Amino acid sequence: MKGTYAISGYCLIRGNKVIRDEKLLFTGKGGSFSDFALENYRHFSVSYPKFHKMDNLGKLGFLSAEILLKDRNLTGKYPGEKVGIILSNCSSSLDTDRNHQKTIASRSNYFPSPAVFVYTLPNVVIGEICIKHKFFGEGNFFVMEKFNPSFIVDYITQLFDNDIFDCCITGWTEIDGNNFESVLFLIEKSTKTETGIANFGTAAIESIFNRK
Amino acid sequence: MEQLVQKLKEEIITALNLSEMKPENIDEKAPLFVDGLGLDSIDALELTVLLEKKYGLKIQTSEEGKKVLYSVRSMAEFIRENNKG
Repeated sequence: MKGTYAISGYCLIRGNKVIRDEKLLFTGKGGSFSDFALENYRHFSVSYPKFHKMDNLGKLGFLSAEILLKDRNLTGKYPGEKVGIILSNCSSSLDTDRNHQKTIASRSNYFPSPAVFVYTLPNVVIGEICIKHKFFGEGNFFVMEKFNPSFIVDYITQLFDNDIFDCCITGWTEIDGNNFESVLFLIEKSTKTETGIANFGTAAIESIFNRK
Repeated sequence: MEQLVQKLKEEIITALNLSEMKPENIDEKAPLFVDGLGLDSIDALELTVLLEKKYGLKIQTSEEGKKVLYSVRSMAEFIRENNKG
């Protein structure tokens, strides 16, 4: 590791709760994911009509990023090409793949929906976040059995060390039906963090990820 | 015709997930793309599927597509002219 990198913040969405940087910001009413997503959209005063067109993985990742980045002025701090997004989950885009399958299951009623089909790749969520915030840096989405902090830390550290980016949004964004969780971290090259959460490392990432 | 325009507006809102939009907010003569509703290329494909799925009508060429998908009114006229049954 060439430098010391810092976890500047995190957003954890699990069990209908939204936590940012140690603070509980919102608790959902416990309905479907669609209800939860819309409640959050309104609660955090997000105004982005394209949100309503996204698939569920897109909505979950997008909202997590919105909450994580709120009031941080990342675009004023870094050029867009120096902000990367590295995400992971275990179900890939299966939630949307199933919806697409429904539209092509019957030969007599074969009308695949383009708006559904375009979301049958998990990395599209990265594109949604990048479009909103004008990030152009490295993007990658890994599908793995469970969240792997050591892999994520090693991978991102290499990219930082090689000056691929100066700031990275990373974590786990998983959804299948109404089972969902998203834990996103903001990692920055500067050693002075805004919130002083922790230095970037496997133990810190794992500790935050496992918070209830 | 007015009933068809109204129905089409409702179908477009559903098909394109324009959940914050109401039929009365859509100007039937305004361009659907770029200005107006600000739709994109995926939305154009979705509207093409809508015409085929709901009305059994296929757009044959990209030139025809540009004319038909210009506005809600042009879509309604295309349906009225071609859906004789």
